[in-house]
Amino acid sequence: MSELVLAPVLIPLVAAALGFVAWRHRDLQRLVAVIGAAALLVAGIGLLVVVERDGIQTLQIGSWPAPFGITMVADLFSALLIVLAGVLAVAVVVYSTATIDSGRERYAYYPLTMVLLAGVAGTFLTGDLFNLYVWFEVLLIASFVLLGLGGERDQLEGALKYVALNLVASSVLLVTIGVLYGMTGTVNLADLAGRLAVLEPDGLVTAVAAMLLVAFGIKAALVPLFFWLPASYHTPPVAVAAIFSGLLTKVGIYALVRVFTLLFAGEAATFQPLLLAVAGLTMVVGVIGAVAQHEMRRLLSFHIISQIGYLVMGLALFTVSALAGLIYFLLHVALAKSTLFLVAGAVRQLTGSFELAKTGGLWVLKPGLAVLFGIAAMSLAGIPPFSGFLAKLALIEAGLEVDHLLIVFVALAVSLMTLYSMLKIWNAAFWKPLPTELEPFADGAAAVTPERVASTHLALAVVGPIAFLVACSIGLAVAAGPVFELADAAATQLMDPAGYIDAVLGEAP
Amino acid sequence: MTVLLAITAGILFAAAIYLMLRRSMLKLALGLSLLANAANLVIFVAAGITRGEPPLVPQGATAAPPDAADPLPQAMVLTAIVIGFAVLAFTLTLMHRVYQEGGSDDVDDLSEADVQ
Repeated sequence: MSELVLAPVLIPLVAAALGFVAWRHRDLQRLVAVIGAAALLVAGIGLLVVVERDGIQTLQIGSWPAPFGITMVADLFSALLIVLAGVLAVAVVVYSTATIDSGRERYAYYPLTMVLLAGVAGTFLTGDLFNLYVWFEVLLIASFVLLGLGGERDQLEGALKYVALNLVASSVLLVTIGVLYGMTGTVNLADLAGRLAVLEPDGLVTAVAAMLLVAFGIKAALVPLFFWLPASYHTPPVAVAAIFSGLLTKVGIYALVRVFTLLFAGEAATFQPLLLAVAGLTMVVGVIGAVAQHEMRRLLSFHIISQIGYLVMGLALFTVSALAGLIYFLLHVALAKSTLFLVAGAVRQLTGSFELAKTGGLWVLKPGLAVLFGIAAMSLAGIPPFSGFLAKLALIEAGLEVDHLLIVFVALAVSLMTLYSMLKIWNAAFWKPLPTELEPFADGAAAVTPERVASTHLALAVVGPIAFLVACSIGLAVAAGPVFELADAAATQLMDPAGYIDAVLGEAP
Repeated sequence: MTVLLAITAGILFAAAIYLMLRRSMLKLALGLSLLANAANLVIFVAAGITRGEPPLVPQGATAAPPDAADPLPQAMVLTAIVIGFAVLAFTLTLMHRVYQEGGSDDVDDLSEADVQ
């Protein structure tokens, strides 16, 4: 029993409430949001330390004994993801203070971000399937508003597609919960695991697992359920896109990993061919989409999909080393991806455009930014010695261990194409000289010239978060030994659900 | 009764999907709301329908009668209805704004943000 488990949910919720109270005071809202994000990070680290030292932590809400009440559970996987959410929250909120316009700030941008974080943390920590649905809705409604906030036409259209497809996913999830409850009479994950294990294996269990795969697959943007993502992720401000890309699709992956390791471990063999096919297709379709784009945010959006494929590959292989690879990859890709979105925002601030054709010259004009971009991009493409290389190496080794050569080959080929698309941004925004025939800035002040770009100083709140994320990414590579040990321990916990079940329900009599 | 409700849920799903596949934005909203209601009905039916057996512990007994109604699915349905209502209200507002900006109810016209 540990109250600390609830802290990552309560901190952002309190920060959101305080932000709403300070409706007219935008400086105060910013301050509260930054403190809230930092507190979330601290709570996450605290939780990770406690879970690492004392094992899985649980909290029965209102002291109702499981499985009757709602249980919050933190195992190593959850705790690691909470730390990740904290890191991204700090970076994105600080970045927002310098880049979000006053119109959005006036309409509760910061409190909504905090609600989003509370929803994400709740999803990572809940030990109850229906409660998982509720947290999903909390983070969805916050993301709906964040996506639509600002009311530009393409934003609204993107938001509508995002809303419609996510609502379908929520309905599928709800139906599945109903059927599962009809089969077992419980929605507590640990209790469900025990009851499903003794249930006569029939088609219904497989059907339920397939429905959850669809529901969470839509949220995780798996091929062929990804269409909402490239239609919407490039429309909001980059700070929003950065936190979405770092956390939201990952929440879908988290839920998939959780239900497939805890509830449907017996079904894993049935689903392996399907999951492997989905993983390969997701990697390939995502990266081909990315290569074809000429706008930074669209290109990066397609990359989110491609990288999700690697995570599904880890789940499909379903061994301890594959899941450890998945966890490390998850940490790596969320950091790298968010960094790239934030860099795209900085490039736009300097050159006035996200279009690759209309940017350039930043290697000469802003070498610091170019180095930060280069590290994140090489990491994403999987170039040694960065974290992406280690993450892909772990997954590929796991694939070779169980002789799935085809998926290993696809993963390697997609890496090359990832590198190509990253080079595309590099060449266009950093290497080639700034094009001379440019439209003037939107404010109409003056045309974009090298002199103007060179004399534009990026605020510390823009460069700081990018550098912070890159530092975390490098830290992930430097401390690969300890991080992999943690990931291994987390994967071992996932593959042996008995520990989780005992922690929630108490030792079996 | 269970069979009847199950068939009703099926019809609701069919109607929801038909409406969502139409090109009109308003029908998309109606489809989404029918879909949420169909899901609620599934929870209700899957958990078992009982009549006239409230889950109350009789005086002197220590447990509710064995065939008493299960209150948990009703609590879940209630939660889902409230969430569904809030989300639908947001969706309608969003659609209204999209209509104001784009001047069209046809989802095929929503291509401003699409990949070119």
